[in-house]
Parts: sequence; C-alpha cells; structure tokens
Amino acid sequence: MCLAIPAKVVAIDAAADQATVALGGVSKQVSLALVDDVAPGDYVLVHVGYALNTICPEEAERTLAIIAEAGAALEGSV
Amino acid sequence: MGRSERRFPLRLDVQRGAVDMTHGSGGRAMAQLVDELFKRHLDNDLLRQGNDQALFLPPPGRLVISTDGHVISPVFFPGGDIGCLSVHGTINDVAMAGARPLYLAAGFILEEGLPLADLARVVESMARAANAAGVPVVTGDTKVVERGKADGVFVTTTGVGVVPDGVTISGDLARPGDRILVSGSMGDHGVAVMSKRENLGFETEIESDTAALHGLVAAMVEAVPGIHCLRDPTRGGLATTLNELAQQSGVGMEIRESAIPVHPEVVAACELLGLDPLYVANEGKLVAICAPEDAEPLLRAMHSHPLGIGAAIIGEATEDPHQFVQMETGFGGQRIVDWLAGEQLPRIC
Amino acid sequence: MKYVDDFRDQSLARRLARALAAEAEQGREYRLMEFCGGHTHAIFRYGVQDLMPANVRFVHGPGCPVCVLPTARIDQAIALTESHGVTLCTYADLMRVPGGDRRSLLKAKAQGADVRMVYSTQDALALARANPGRRVVFFAIGFETTTPPTAVALRQARAEELANFSVFCNHVLTPPALRTILASDAPDAVSIDGILGPSHVSTVIGSRPYEFVPRDFAKPVVIAGFEPLDVMQSALMLVRQLNERRCEVENQYTRAVTPEGNRKAQALMDETFALRESFEWRGLGRLPCSALRIADTYSKLDAERRFPVGLGESREVKGCECPSILRGVKRPTDCKLFGTACTPENPMGSCMVSSEGACAAYWTYGRFRALQATEPGRAA
Repeated sequence: MCLAIPAKVVAIDAAADQATVALGGVSKQVSLALVDDVAPGDYVLVHVGYALNTICPEEAERTLAIIAEAGAALEGSV
Repeated sequence: MGRSERRFPLRLDVQRGAVDMTHGSGGRAMAQLVDELFKRHLDNDLLRQGNDQALFLPPPGRLVISTDGHVISPVFFPGGDIGCLSVHGTINDVAMAGARPLYLAAGFILEEGLPLADLARVVESMARAANAAGVPVVTGDTKVVERGKADGVFVTTTGVGVVPDGVTISGDLARPGDRILVSGSMGDHGVAVMSKRENLGFETEIESDTAALHGLVAAMVEAVPGIHCLRDPTRGGLATTLNELAQQSGVGMEIRESAIPVHPEVVAACELLGLDPLYVANEGKLVAICAPEDAEPLLRAMHSHPLGIGAAIIGEATEDPHQFVQMETGFGGQRIVDWLAGEQLPRIC
Repeated sequence: MKYVDDFRDQSLARRLARALAAEAEQGREYRLMEFCGGHTHAIFRYGVQDLMPANVRFVHGPGCPVCVLPTARIDQAIALTESHGVTLCTYADLMRVPGGDRRSLLKAKAQGADVRMVYSTQDALALARANPGRRVVFFAIGFETTTPPTAVALRQARAEELANFSVFCNHVLTPPALRTILASDAPDAVSIDGILGPSHVSTVIGSRPYEFVPRDFAKPVVIAGFEPLDVMQSALMLVRQLNERRCEVENQYTRAVTPEGNRKAQALMDETFALRESFEWRGLGRLPCSALRIADTYSKLDAERRFPVGLGESREVKGCECPSILRGVKRPTDCKLFGTACTPENPMGSCMVSSEGACAAYWTYGRFRALQATEPGRAA
C-alpha cells in the first residue's frame, strides 16, 4: 500500500513548514510537519502531500552496488 | 451606413458583461450576442447566409460525419482551451476515417453568469483553430441555462468530411502481424489539464497537445493509402484505444513499453498521482495500424510532418482469441494493458 | 527520476534474475508472502514473475487498506452524509468501493451526498476553513504510512479551534495483521517460507516491530522497497536466509527505513490516537489491538462521537474467496467469482476493489498467464 515517491527538495518555506519538491520536471508543495532537518537538495519520500522521510543517498548507492554485484559473478553464464 | 441603421444602439460590453438568461431567449439580446461575438469571430461565407442551416454542394466521394461534446474543466488550460479543443476534437474524429474535413457546426450551452470576456476568448480561440485548419464553423446554436446547471460553457461540435477514393480505414481492419504506430508522446493533454485542477496542486511545463490532425492524416494516406486503422487516443488514453481496436478487429496486441514515447514530466506527474500514462488523455495524437511492409514508409511520412515528428512503431497485432493487449514492460516482464476500470483517479495506495 | 528509475533498471534486473536462478535450490519451493499491496502491484505491473525462477513463488498478502476496510464502515460513512448532512472528504481510492448494499461513495454522491475527493489532509482542513457553515468530516483510512498525515491534521484543527472539522478514523496497524496470518492454525493455513515486509509503513514504524516474526514464528523477514528491483533483491535476500537456515529481520530498503523509524511521526500518532480493543478487517475478521481510534484528548474531533451512526453488519457475497486469498491460502483464479461476477468494474470482494488487491492486480495485469498456460503452443 501507500504510494510514496522520492522527490528533491528545491525550496523551503520555514514559516509555513512547507517545501517545494521537484520530480522529473514536476514541482509540488508538501508539508514538512513529519520530518526534521530537511535542507534543499535532500530527497524526501512524498506521501499524500507530506514528506514522510528523508532518503539516505549513501544507502541508496550501497543498495544499487549490492544489486549490481549480485549477478556480476555470474556474468556471461545464463 | 447611417447611425440609425445600426441594429443595436449599445455595443455588447465584452469587457465587463456576463451571460444572462436573455442571451438565450431568442430576442434581441441573443441576436446581438450572435452578431457581435459568434459571427464576428467565426465569419465565413456559409455562416453569412444567416439561416438556421448552412447550404452547400457536397464534393464527390463518401461523406463522413462525427459529433463530439466538450465539457472540459477548467475551460482554459496550458496549451489550449475548450474553444480550440472543440474544433480539433471533431476535426480529428472526422480525419480518423482518412477523410478531409469540410465544415463544422457548433452548439453552445452557456451558464448564466459566464463572463462575456471568457466567452469571447473561447470563440476567438475556436475561430483561430478553425482558420488554421481550413475548416470553417458554418452553423451554430446557443442556449443559456441557469447558474449551477452547467459549468461555464459546454461546446458540441459536429463535422463533415469527404473520404478520398481508394481509402478504407476502419477499426475492424487490424490483422495479426500488422504494425501499431503512435504519432508522438502520450499523456500530455491529461497531465496539463490535471495540473490546473485545484485539488491536485502540482506544477509542470507540460502543455496540452491539442491539435488538428487532418494534415498529418493526409500525408499518411498519401504515403500509404492502405492504412488499416486510425484512431485518436483521447479519453482513456492509449490503453483504451488499443483495447477498442483489438476488440473491434478480433485480434490481440503485443506492445513494448520502451518504444512508447512519454515525456519525463508526464511520467513524473503520473508517479505522483498514482496514475498510468497509458490511460491519460491525448488531444493531438493518433494510433495507426498498417500491414507490416507499410510500417516503415508510414513512419517516414509521419516523421516528415510537424505533428508526427515523435512517431514510433510500438508493437504489432497478434492472433489471440482473448484479444489481450499485452506489453513487454521496460523492466523486462510481461503484463496486460487492460481497459480502464472506472475513472482514472489519483491513488494513494 | 532519481531513486525511481535507478530501481527499475532492466540490466540490473537481469543480474538479480541470474543470481536468483543460481541460488534458488532445485527441488525446493520458496513461498514468499509480499505483505503489501504495493509489492503486489509492482510485481504485476512490471512483470517481475517473468524474471523469477519458477520455484520462487510470491504469495499475496492482505496489505491493502482499502481492501481490508469492512463494508460496514463504508455504509457508516454514507450514513454520516445522509443522516448528519456532513461534507465527507476522502482519498480517491475509497470512492468506488461498494458497501454492504453495493452502494459506494461515488454512487451516494450521484444521489446527492456531499462527498469530496481530496489528495491530502491539508485539503480537508482548507475545505473546513473555507466553509465554516459546513460540517467537514475527513474519512481517514490507511496503515501506519497514512496515519501521521491524519495526526498532523488533528493537531492543526485543535490548535486552530476549527470547530467544524472532524475525522472518521479507520486507521489500522500492520503487525497485528501479520501476526494473525502467521498464527492461523486453520487446517488450510498457508505455509509461507518468508515475508517481504512493508516498505513505506516501515519508514514510519521502523524495522523493529517485525522482530516477533523470526522469534515467535521462525520465519525470515526482509523489509522491501516498492520498486521492482527492491522486490527482486528482497526475494534474493530471503532465499539466502532460507538456504543458510538463518531467520532474522533484514532491511533491504535501507535508503528510507531505519530500525527505529520516524520518531517525530510516531510521537504525533501517540498523541492523537489510541488503540482500539479490536477492529474488523475485511476477510480476516475481528483482530485485537489492530486499529486506532482518536485519542480522548482529541474527542471533539472524533466524528464517531460527534455524529453517532450505527455500525451494521458487514456483508460479503456468497462464494467470494477473499478471506482465503487475503491469507495467501488461495489464488485469485481459485475463486469461482473471479473474472465472471467479480471484476474491477464490478467488484464483489475486497481483493478486487483496489488496484493493489491481489485479484485486481491479477485480473488487470496478469490474467493472460493462467489462460495461456492451458493453451499448448502459446508462449507463456
């Protein structure tokens, strides 16, 4: 369940506790009421108009590296 | 012309005025609205006949007729408005028979209170679209309903056209092995309109693709007179159109997700809303189906027309008693692209 | 789209497919339950099964909040609009779900009920502010992911003294449902080898709440993201745990999930909600401590207290196999109603009402599989 999509924070309106987030050429206002210490440039998970969490870039890289490694040893074999 | 000969002593106040019930009552107020707004902008020989119908000599050949009601909200959206949309929509429905559109008729339902400035903007846009397409609006009708009984303005347009000899295009002519083409990127119109709906609240540069496709169709028919099917994937998007054609022709289809052109902005907006671009409406694109040997010449003809620059071959018709439209996903799996169930609504989960 | 396209990459998918094929042991079947409808949807939408070895099978779980909402609650929501004249705001997902007498909110709206579709709880608040003369009720539904946004709205409404706003609360909790499925001692209880754990739910509650699964039920759990590569990698992690006879909670979705979760969101939920003694889950029955109500300190904002309406019986269509399908015991195609009386246009059972329900996903994206498997000479 729970459609949520990562989007980049491009601007923060601290007074309104809101951020403008961008995703592939689309931008949208989201509430920051559920997260702390978000800065422009961060990626947040957007769910029903709220930033639910911050995406950790290092962990994302690590996950992709593990995936790439998973089949690498078997490269060439089918 | 002397002052006494002017039909209406005071000009219609288009800047500040609004539609009221007298504009639909059949009296002088209606006559003035027709004269100073509709006739002024849509002016042409047949409209100037001034009758309740337009009289013309049909050219030789088979005639086609099509009608389309337009109730879009909002009336003005990025890349267009209900005026040009109502011209393009009907021209396209006529053109999808391979026809050359000749004339349009337009019926307006106006809501009491509609600013005349908005109406003028819609009619001007209609006139521009009709002039650019070379398909005049030759007769029309206006009704006014009480406030709350419509949403600003509804426009119904009807078009007639003539099909060149030797051209037979119909939704039941797809055969297994035929190639399926689209004329450009999918979902632009729907996303542009959704971006302006108050409660969805997202911003994008995407504009509606609303356009009259008869020029593109003429170029395609000239290159490949034996095109089997043409259809414009409007409501319900590409997915719905392919399912309609598959069912009508009694074939299956196999398409490749990676071959279907979709703008990144459209993909992104759909991700945010939980929608699928294949179900989002287009107003200036078409789907063509032709014999395999005709696919490349047809694609070349499309590429050489401004409205077909983004054309692509996306798959082929197959033999399938279940008439499934199947797709190889960009991820490398297989799935059905089904009819739209219910309405395309934003999804949270 | 960063962090989206990266996890839908076809060449990486092929690598994972090779690893899975090499590591899934022949002669053994791996039955992995994906708890969430989000996973089910991803599996079908991207055709993930086509990249999986035949002996690694996904069993679809109950994790779709729209699917598990009992029909009586839809009836109650409709009654709110009809007997109390409230303006009901709801997420689009709920609009088409039929209630006990097959009336949906969409149909009630057509008959004059004031039902509005909103994208966010902020829209519902804005509607209440703009219309002080209307009684605006937000129809809150969802797992722990969707609960914090409701909590924010409750808090804001109280701070603003927004007297015409209230919440009809239907938020449910995932761990109790998971426990129910694993604890089932029904004779037909499904044997599941491992669990693909919730993705966005876990961004809020963290990975700790699943520790009971290996401890009490000796099954491995991998918290899995919702993109197709996430699903495949998590399946591989489960296969490895099973091969190595390990049994623990692992986290594949580390880019968004930590062991402790989102503390700020948890605190907000603790403040605004309280645990219900029990709550009915469509298909699973009444489950103890499995849902939230609005906390007593926020009782003025509780639509159930402000606008009492009776809770009727939830009715299910005879012959519907949803209860078994939700528990992973049966597949959609095992149901007589599937694709005949019950389709996404006219859903009879809970698994067909949302695009994330197992039956709807199977029908919409995957029904060619069963048909083609029975027709020799066709590519499956």
